[in-house]
Amino acid sequence: MAEQPLSDIAELLLAEAERAGATAADVVVAEAESLSVGVRLGSIEKLKQARQKHLGLRAFVGERSAVTSSADFSRDALLRLAADTVALARVIAADPCAGLPAPAELATTIPDLDLYDPAVGRLTPEQGVAMATEAERAAMAADARIANSEGAEFGASTSRVVYGSSPGFRGEYRDSGVSLSVVPVASENGSMQRDYWYSSQRRVDRLETPEHIGRTAAARALRRLNARKVETCEVPVVFDPEMAGGLLRQLAAAVSGYALYKGTSFLIDKLGTRIAPEHVTVVDDGTVAGGLGSKPFDGEGLPTRRTTVVDRGILASYLFDTYSARRLGARSTGNAARSVGEAPRVAPTNLFLVAGTHTPEAIVASVERGLYVTELIGFGVNPVTGDYSRGAVGLWIEGGALAYPVEEITIAGNLLDMFANIDAVGTDLEMRHAVSAPTIRIARMTVAGG
Amino acid sequence: MSDFDFAPREPARFFLERFGLSENLLADTVGAAIARRADYADLYFEFRTVRTLGLEDGLVKTAGAHIAQGVGVRVVAGDKTGYAYSDEVTVESLRLATRTAGAIADESGETGVAAVSAARPAHDLYALAHPPVETPLTDGIDLLSRIDVAARRQDSRIKNVIAGLGIEQKIVLIVNSAGVLVGDVQPLVRLNVTCIAEDGGKRQQGTFGGGGRVAYEFLLAEERYLRYTRTAVEQALRNLHAVDAPAGTMTVVLGPGWPGVLLHEAIGHGLEGDFNRKQVSAFSSLLGRPVASPLCTVVDDGTIAHRRGSLNVDDEGTPTGRTVLIEKGILRGYLQDRLNARLMGMPLTGNGRRESFAHIPLPRMTNTFMLAGETPPEDIVRSVDRGLYAAYFGGGQVDITSGKFVFSASEAYLIEGGKLTQPVKGATLIGNGPDVLTRISLVGTDLRLDEGVGTCGKDGQSVPVGVGLPTVRIDGLTVGGTQAG
Repeated sequence: MAEQPLSDIAELLLAEAERAGATAADVVVAEAESLSVGVRLGSIEKLKQARQKHLGLRAFVGERSAVTSSADFSRDALLRLAADTVALARVIAADPCAGLPAPAELATTIPDLDLYDPAVGRLTPEQGVAMATEAERAAMAADARIANSEGAEFGASTSRVVYGSSPGFRGEYRDSGVSLSVVPVASENGSMQRDYWYSSQRRVDRLETPEHIGRTAAARALRRLNARKVETCEVPVVFDPEMAGGLLRQLAAAVSGYALYKGTSFLIDKLGTRIAPEHVTVVDDGTVAGGLGSKPFDGEGLPTRRTTVVDRGILASYLFDTYSARRLGARSTGNAARSVGEAPRVAPTNLFLVAGTHTPEAIVASVERGLYVTELIGFGVNPVTGDYSRGAVGLWIEGGALAYPVEEITIAGNLLDMFANIDAVGTDLEMRHAVSAPTIRIARMTVAGG
Repeated sequence: MSDFDFAPREPARFFLERFGLSENLLADTVGAAIARRADYADLYFEFRTVRTLGLEDGLVKTAGAHIAQGVGVRVVAGDKTGYAYSDEVTVESLRLATRTAGAIADESGETGVAAVSAARPAHDLYALAHPPVETPLTDGIDLLSRIDVAARRQDSRIKNVIAGLGIEQKIVLIVNSAGVLVGDVQPLVRLNVTCIAEDGGKRQQGTFGGGGRVAYEFLLAEERYLRYTRTAVEQALRNLHAVDAPAGTMTVVLGPGWPGVLLHEAIGHGLEGDFNRKQVSAFSSLLGRPVASPLCTVVDDGTIAHRRGSLNVDDEGTPTGRTVLIEKGILRGYLQDRLNARLMGMPLTGNGRRESFAHIPLPRMTNTFMLAGETPPEDIVRSVDRGLYAAYFGGGQVDITSGKFVFSASEAYLIEGGKLTQPVKGATLIGNGPDVLTRISLVGTDLRLDEGVGTCGKDGQSVPVGVGLPTVRIDGLTVGGTQAG
């Protein structure tokens, strides 16, 4: 079958939706190629390759709308999809806030944010196997107590996204992603612990070396061996950067326009008020060059931008797409995220807690007796109230030093209190994810153990 | 809600006609896939239709209709898996995917010929007169609207109702080098109700729902949708006045049904074949050994009619079955897919599952539950002087290597003097898988399965599952709350 440009498919769908009676419509078409390889104990375990394409159509009939998606790109299927979408929209309730953004809000230029590295698409399975093998080898060579592994995995993908809407927006971009991870298993005295490390980037040359990933993963698994439980107590809790990033994700969910109007956010009515100390500033920035959360335009064709969410402790902005902004009498912040087959929702782009002035070592040294958290499990967060209670793994701090590993404990508090009690922010911010934070210390939480 | 040309009672015919394929071509493709020194190959065709409706602010304002289709080709050689998939189902894409997946088996040989014969699934667990995906859209809109009215009428403190209906139909066809050609049509219905309650500046939510591989009418029967709604309202209101959870180790009583998620996390994942073959599970090499109190018998059963976790055949074409995992406290079995069963020299259990054609099968649970015991549930509560009663949970998670698991109670009460007293919020329970079932000191007569909303995540793949439990008493489980001492 001849390849049809994705933009032609978008044009056809928009025209067909209008012909079927839509007053407005938008279309996302995405195409991706991916490769992943898994290596375990030095030999290939799996090789996976794929090419996938998918499209989504949203049609409005006045204030009514519906969203559909399909993987069938045949002309007949597209014509039927357009008609079905409009028919579906007609039977749905009218919503006065529904609709596409005003044309004046749409992005007029599509910046090159360095999201695509053509070298990623040229990576071969052999190269992936070599990198994964090296990462696992480095992990297993680190210590005799690492005699087993869940393996190492290498992944590479490139994709192309086209977005078009009836007010006239047409945008297209490519991006790429490459990742390498390893999960070694450490054993001693009949007990086992696994941990992991990984690197994820848009460009191959920015990936951490297999050697570094392997050694870091090994060190993390080893330091969990011979873990103890601790007595129930109230102590300062230090979140390592990975776990501090998790707290930012809770913040991101609570500042989403949808959580606010639905009543499912603990930050309702908190705009403009102090929610954290002076040294806490949180920024969302979709324009960071090469950023894992960067996009040249959002899921509705608005320019992405830099928004200060928490400004020196004051909740300075919520995050909106067009719909949630209209519901709350605000303006979109360009945070519409769009999966192919879904209506827009709000998601951060690159969200980060601005680095502070304390080195991570100084933060640990400042704790007489407390917990350094390296892993959290479970889903014990109530988004409505901010109540927080999760299983934790980490290291116990005694006299300002990491003393021994602990597990089978929980940490509990309330996110409002936890943000208010961030009493130290580390210097060690690294943009390893779309949502990133440095080490932070929370003055007091309940640790439940024996 | 229908856009089918015909109801696909015959999955094989559906795929062959839709994509212009023939049984001979499929057999040749599987044959080519195992041509190199491979042990096993399979093709997995999928055509999935999803309909969604969403209500908020008293109005059904969102509707979705989605079609996904594709084919995954897998070649297994030793412990190596090659996998390729495509959402284009053509002779050419099949050939390309077969070549790509086959690259894992690196020595060329004669072209194998797989003798494939069409089979019917071993069970017929969800035959329905009317596929739920053919339910008129207006019925779903009407249902969600009635839920909104019922919730608000029940209590004026209910300020918002968010409800969603999802109806899915997955048609699959599996062709493998073991000679199987088998198809299945898998319906799946799920209704969720969330209520937001406000009172005196306090806000809380309650969530409840249910479903299964059932007809749409299941939601209406015995006014199920109204029961889900009432339960969500009651949970939201109860949480408004709940006290903070205690922290520390105490006696915990788990109510019947959904708290069976304890078994899923604490035991089930640790008994999946892949983790045990690789010796990375806390249960590795404990087969035949006691891992639970003699009161405990735990099974995984994919053959219960209409349950969310049930399947006629697993995603490798193996009939699902009932596997005894723990028998009177002794570890008896693992859950297997083809790869791990072959490498471990163990029988297939029908637990090879995948999220979609884009995913490699893994050993996964179906419906996992503990059989009923002999103690009346009232006596179990009465036996506890001070502890926690957990009636419903949010979600759970496990680290299968260390065996540590966590799950969060969304409905719990303090037990004082053998009676449920105050409702408690924010209780997280944490324990050690190989240890927790040894602490079960009483098992109730009241086995109940969950309502049909469970989804299990593993290796980035989500599949529907079920759980179940009678009331049980666990002596000494760590409860993570904020109220120390």
